[in-house]
Amino acid sequence: MTDAAIRIRDLEVHYPLGQRFLGRAEVLKAVAGITLDIPRGSFFGLVGESGSGKTTLGRATLAAAPISKGSVAVTDAQGEIFDLAHLDRDAARRFRRRAQLIFQDPYAALSPRMTVRDIIAEPLEVMKLCKTRDEVNHRVREIATMCRLNVEHLRRFPHAFSGGQRQRISIARALVTNPDYIVADESVAALDVSIQADILNLLKQLQSDLGLTFLFISHDLSVVAHSCDHVAVMYLGRIVETAPPRKLFTSPRHPYTRALISAIPSLDPDDRGRAERLEGEIPSPANPPSGCAFRTRCPMARPLCSDAAPELRTLADGHRAACHFSEEVTATERQTPQTQDMPG
Amino acid sequence: MSGLLSMRNLSLTFSTAEGPVTAIDDVSLDLASGEVLGLVGESGSGKSVLAKSLMRLNAGNARYGAGSRIVLHADGRDIDILTLKGAKALRQVRGDKISMIFQEPMASFAPAITIGKQMVEQLMLHRGLTAAEAKMLSVEMLDRVGISEAAKRFDQYAFELSGGMRQRAMIAMALSTKPRLLIADEPTTALDVTIQAQVIELMKEIVGEFGMGIIFITHDLGVIAQTADRVAVMYLGRIVEEGPVRDVIRRPAHPYTQGLINALPKLHDLDAPLTPVPGDIPSPLERPAGCVFHSRCPVAGPRCRVELPETRAIRPGHRAACHLTEGVTA
Repeated sequence: MTDAAIRIRDLEVHYPLGQRFLGRAEVLKAVAGITLDIPRGSFFGLVGESGSGKTTLGRATLAAAPISKGSVAVTDAQGEIFDLAHLDRDAARRFRRRAQLIFQDPYAALSPRMTVRDIIAEPLEVMKLCKTRDEVNHRVREIATMCRLNVEHLRRFPHAFSGGQRQRISIARALVTNPDYIVADESVAALDVSIQADILNLLKQLQSDLGLTFLFISHDLSVVAHSCDHVAVMYLGRIVETAPPRKLFTSPRHPYTRALISAIPSLDPDDRGRAERLEGEIPSPANPPSGCAFRTRCPMARPLCSDAAPELRTLADGHRAACHFSEEVTATERQTPQTQDMPG
Repeated sequence: MSGLLSMRNLSLTFSTAEGPVTAIDDVSLDLASGEVLGLVGESGSGKSVLAKSLMRLNAGNARYGAGSRIVLHADGRDIDILTLKGAKALRQVRGDKISMIFQEPMASFAPAITIGKQMVEQLMLHRGLTAAEAKMLSVEMLDRVGISEAAKRFDQYAFELSGGMRQRAMIAMALSTKPRLLIADEPTTALDVTIQAQVIELMKEIVGEFGMGIIFITHDLGVIAQTADRVAVMYLGRIVEEGPVRDVIRRPAHPYTQGLINALPKLHDLDAPLTPVPGDIPSPLERPAGCVFHSRCPVAGPRCRVELPETRAIRPGHRAACHLTEGVTA
């Protein structure tokens, strides 16, 4: 086993659903038993539909969601181990420096009343990491340059920037304390495709330059397949499949992964109507189906699936999948779009 | 197929405190009944403003250019949309002959009125149905777009439905008045891919069944490839390329279209690097001279900075506005 920066063991995150008179309150299991290692220095992709629990899992690894059962241990680059279920005040303070979050919507994440310099400097000042104002300014300029921001623009307010530039400001703010673990929650979903590629390239470059460990949360499997070196697919609070992206993409071993891949709109106009439609929607996590959570939408579901929940097991080809019939899942065919090679 | 919509030399500026802002610059487009026209472009390219001008929904400071004309040929009559005066005349293009589906269905349904009540209201207004008839038709439409227990949903509020269900209800509402033209503004952008695939499928069925024309606005070329017959690519208020969807995606003529295609993750080649379109879309207050795309164009020459390129036919039905396509003919 490689060096794991994040070790998640049987993690459950519960949220109470109101109070019950007599008897126990009902709970919603946003994360329902996940064991996962995120290797140090990886760009780890986490995919799933809305309501699959991917954001909650990401937050749990930042000590920002309640850990109801199980454990999350984060080891930083200096070798200090943070047990997130039992963080004391001092450890929590040290942990905040080591782990940061980049949000989805760069329009909502930046205060409109602070200059870009103040937005990026705020974590340094709150955590008292710099002794003098000059030191703060120096660090802000350094990180802004790294994120390809024009340092001449640091005195402007966020409204003067486009979506892509704002996202680079969010990234600079997350990186300014020199963390080694970053959770990027749908960080390119709100951007135009033309800008999305730019931000993805920047994240990848920062990751390799600074040796960061990334948890990249996205609903877009094509983006994840392209950028990440590991992928985990979530459904209703559980991991249904993990594999290196190339293998996951070419030979999915879980019917849900297969359906997700097939739902990506193809750029080939002659490839229409080949997508296998996944009927219905993700069930409420407050009332999950018995047995395999995916069986209500699964084209392969059989009686066994409603009786027993499948374990996440390692298959002959190295995938880990939680399906009783993984061996029967076949790859989706996909034609190669015939686009012309571009000049320039 | 017959001509449904013809837009000629549409220009639109907003007069603002900082001066006039050009949102649409000399756009001509045609649409036939039963045809799906995809309109692609980045945020700020003017696609939504264009769509809104078809229903005259732009803000009060919008000024249409002198030669601008939008004519809708519907039910044997020509409606000159830009000359319509008064709320009553405008009503025939707002929800009657033309319907619109918006990106965020939560924001487009009134939160405190049931879905059914909103559907009935517009049917009584535009179709002159009685409340009972309108209810029957509404439930029928909800059922048609794949909403289970339609009669029950009719009495629910928008917040009680999931994102996909809400978008289906929105489509049912837009279609119930039997419009001749449907404008869909990023209808699948807020949805999960699996739900997006369902909605795309539904919209394709609907064109076949109702035979109206559709303008489908999105920034995702993959969605366009799956739905549209023709595609128009917009940049800073101008159509830079337009043509049959196969032709434009396989043999894009304009560097901007090529850039949009290159920026998409390739499903068949995960090793291919992602190539962003360099830079950001300029502020509409600082419109570049010459070709509007020259500030981000990888192949721009000196001529592009001063001279606006003409729109030329590249192949039958496929036109582009780029100096570099000069000499390329069908």
